[in-house]
Amino acid sequence: MPTLSRPLRYAALAGWFALLAVTPFIADNYTVRVAITVAMYSALALSWNFIGGFAGYPSFSTAAFFGLGCYVGALSQRHGVPLVLAWLLATLFVTAFAAALGTIILRLKGHYFAIGSIAIVEVVRLVISSWGSLTGGGDGLNVPLLSGGPDRVASTVLYVMLGIMLLAFIATLLVDRSRLGFGLRCINQNEDAADMVGIDTTRYKILGYALSALFCGTVGAVYASWVGYIDPTDSFSILLTVKVPVMVLLGGAGTVFGPIVGAGLFVLLEEFFWANFLEWNRAILGGIIVFLIFFLPSGILKLDYRRLFRRKSPADRVEAA
Amino acid sequence: MDLLQILVNGIVLGALYACIAVGFSLVWGVLNVINMLHGSFIILGGYLTFFAWFHLGVDPILALPAVALLLYALGYALQYLFINKVVTSPVLTTLTLTFGLDMILYNLMTVYFTATPRRVTLDMGSADILGVVMPMDRVLGMGLAFFLTGLLYLVMRGSTIGRAIVAVRMDRQAAALMGIRVNNIYAITFGIGALMAGAAGAVFAMVFPVTTNLTGTFLGKAFVICVIGGLGSVPGALVGGIALGVIESFAGFLIGPQHAITLGFVLMLVLLVVKPTGLIGVKGYE
Amino acid sequence: MTEILRLENVSKAFGGIRAVNDVSFTLSEGEIVGLIGPNGAGKTTLVNLITGVHKLTGGKVIFAGQDVSRQKPFQAARRGLARTFQIVQPFPAMTVLENVAAGSLFGGGHAAMGAALDAARQELDFVGLGPVADTPAALLSLPNRKRLELAKSLAMKPKVLLLDEVNAGLNAAEIDGALDLIRKIAARGITIVIIEHLMKVVLSVSQRILVLHHGELIAQGDPTAVVNDPRVIEAYLGAKFAARFGTAASTSQGATSHV
Repeated sequence: MPTLSRPLRYAALAGWFALLAVTPFIADNYTVRVAITVAMYSALALSWNFIGGFAGYPSFSTAAFFGLGCYVGALSQRHGVPLVLAWLLATLFVTAFAAALGTIILRLKGHYFAIGSIAIVEVVRLVISSWGSLTGGGDGLNVPLLSGGPDRVASTVLYVMLGIMLLAFIATLLVDRSRLGFGLRCINQNEDAADMVGIDTTRYKILGYALSALFCGTVGAVYASWVGYIDPTDSFSILLTVKVPVMVLLGGAGTVFGPIVGAGLFVLLEEFFWANFLEWNRAILGGIIVFLIFFLPSGILKLDYRRLFRRKSPADRVEAA
Repeated sequence: MDLLQILVNGIVLGALYACIAVGFSLVWGVLNVINMLHGSFIILGGYLTFFAWFHLGVDPILALPAVALLLYALGYALQYLFINKVVTSPVLTTLTLTFGLDMILYNLMTVYFTATPRRVTLDMGSADILGVVMPMDRVLGMGLAFFLTGLLYLVMRGSTIGRAIVAVRMDRQAAALMGIRVNNIYAITFGIGALMAGAAGAVFAMVFPVTTNLTGTFLGKAFVICVIGGLGSVPGALVGGIALGVIESFAGFLIGPQHAITLGFVLMLVLLVVKPTGLIGVKGYE
Repeated sequence: MTEILRLENVSKAFGGIRAVNDVSFTLSEGEIVGLIGPNGAGKTTLVNLITGVHKLTGGKVIFAGQDVSRQKPFQAARRGLARTFQIVQPFPAMTVLENVAAGSLFGGGHAAMGAALDAARQELDFVGLGPVADTPAALLSLPNRKRLELAKSLAMKPKVLLLDEVNAGLNAAEIDGALDLIRKIAARGITIVIIEHLMKVVLSVSQRILVLHHGELIAQGDPTAVVNDPRVIEAYLGAKFAARFGTAASTSQGATSHV
């Protein structure tokens, strides 16, 4: 993979996409479920990449956006909003929520931002679970089922998730080539200097944060329709909020293809370990994370084989400082 | 319920909270690492104390120092072998690494200890002073929590190691130039953080049932307390812990326990934005 | 000459300390002005006030006829008020070209992506960094990093360029190179403020000198007049030494020989 040229990377991505899309025709339900999970996490990872990869802000609020998407989608459907409109409503609500939140929380940097973004997941989860009259509290909420039999539902969800993943990828491409992407990279490298060359850092960071929430909202709403039942613990899981950044790190933060590579690889590994080492699943994932931090610090796509044979280069030291 | 009773409940809880948070605050303040293992360290301390008492018949007060030392060794080793290698990396890296290590430790605990809630029952009866009723085991817990926190304060102020830790916190490079072995101090600091977590877990197990399901809750409390009290000071953790205990106690009475926990996090978010140094943020760990 | 930048009674206090106190001066288009003063005189604070990094506690900054006292740094950059830093501030993992392109992309020119890269190449050739355009900025030597800062600022199409100690840490030959570059920049019609504590560097290129001491503007005017000003000599050498120096200081050698 690291040696693939850019056209080849696009071809590989198209092949991967096609493979996921044909699973309903060639494989069993379990495989389709895995394909949905891959598409879903790819979209989440691509989203996180806007704030965490491009801008370098260690955001751990993915689960808040995802969970809110679940609940807004579910609740609006329960109040009679048609399916697709409910998904759009969830998207809009979560994006607006992130933009509003961003004006406050993006003033924080580094560790404080990380803690603040985790705390948001907790606060939203606690508010949802204690607002029983609206959300069903800790008992959770039933979501109207999609029409059709289980196979039909699975393939519908798969194509919707793949659609979101594709949109997220296109958004990534556009941002990567635009002033926004360039500006976010500058903020990542040196925020003060970015300010000094004329980048409206506050606005750019809020845009990045809102973008990182947008697709999470859609994914959450679609997920809720898929599983048919949501509760606060499942929707606002701390594991999800850390897993998504790990996927991006695995593939290569701030790259266009990295989040998709990382999400695909991580989900497949996770499924493999679930199936074979159920009891030790969590420890193995933890082991992968530890391995990743030490041996693939800038992700698979940036893997440089020469580096395995020499000491750290000066550029690495600068990154670490 | 009597207001005085609520206040006393809050202070007892707050003392335990302070004890929970102080190690987390130390590690964050000195190493600049958000230690996601902290919750599991606490539970591990609680479990080990329980098993020493239940299976080996060891008095929990005697088990506490042994458990604390075990946790110290574990913390020292983890820092020395893993975290030290990336300690200067951005927060995303260090936080993710400790999270990965936590997944391993958590898994080990659920497999070997299971998630069943366990508690050391001391049967010490209750005290009734001026109408305030307090089970004696809680009074003991509070006393131990204050004792441990105070002990850490004295170690930080008075001992060579403590002064070296403060020096590294203030200026890593200068400390290295003064002949302090920074990596060793980091490992010791992380070890002390784990030690305090283990001791706090031991105390907790004497008062409340502990289970692996609580790791996230404890970690969350540590976040909130650190932000309320300010990073990097024992008095900060103490003030933050007692403040949170009292707030939760009163809020639990007024608006229900569930909302009380939410209130703690909201308070933390507000403080993060308004006053990120905490209520009594100070330089240097003392 | 038309006025481009005017400071009216600008003050800044950090707590009880008056870092900059009641400073007023005017810059004309195309001027090269030296801002000198001993260490801690408030030079960098003044630059920070002009570019919006610090909020003014009093006074006004007027840029091209517009009151910009409350601007943010990015607004200053877009208006054409560029600066370099005493400690260079590159985007370390980006290439030299990308660093400069950031200036043309977001600064006063606000160019489109392709145009920004072209403009960046031109500025790199101008400062002599053309050959290292694709090197990561972190790998540059100190003199080259200083040049990079200059190129980045120039790419922002500034009207006024504030150079904060661009020569610090350079040796004599490198300083001469930097001064040549400054003259070339001035020839493009950009107003330049050179901030220095080394007098010699400033005197050779500046048409006018401003002297800051303890946050106050104690002298301004043409270079020879300023170095002979007794208050300036006192600020630099201390009262006792200045008194002993007496009339000897009235030859311009006196003020420059200590550097």
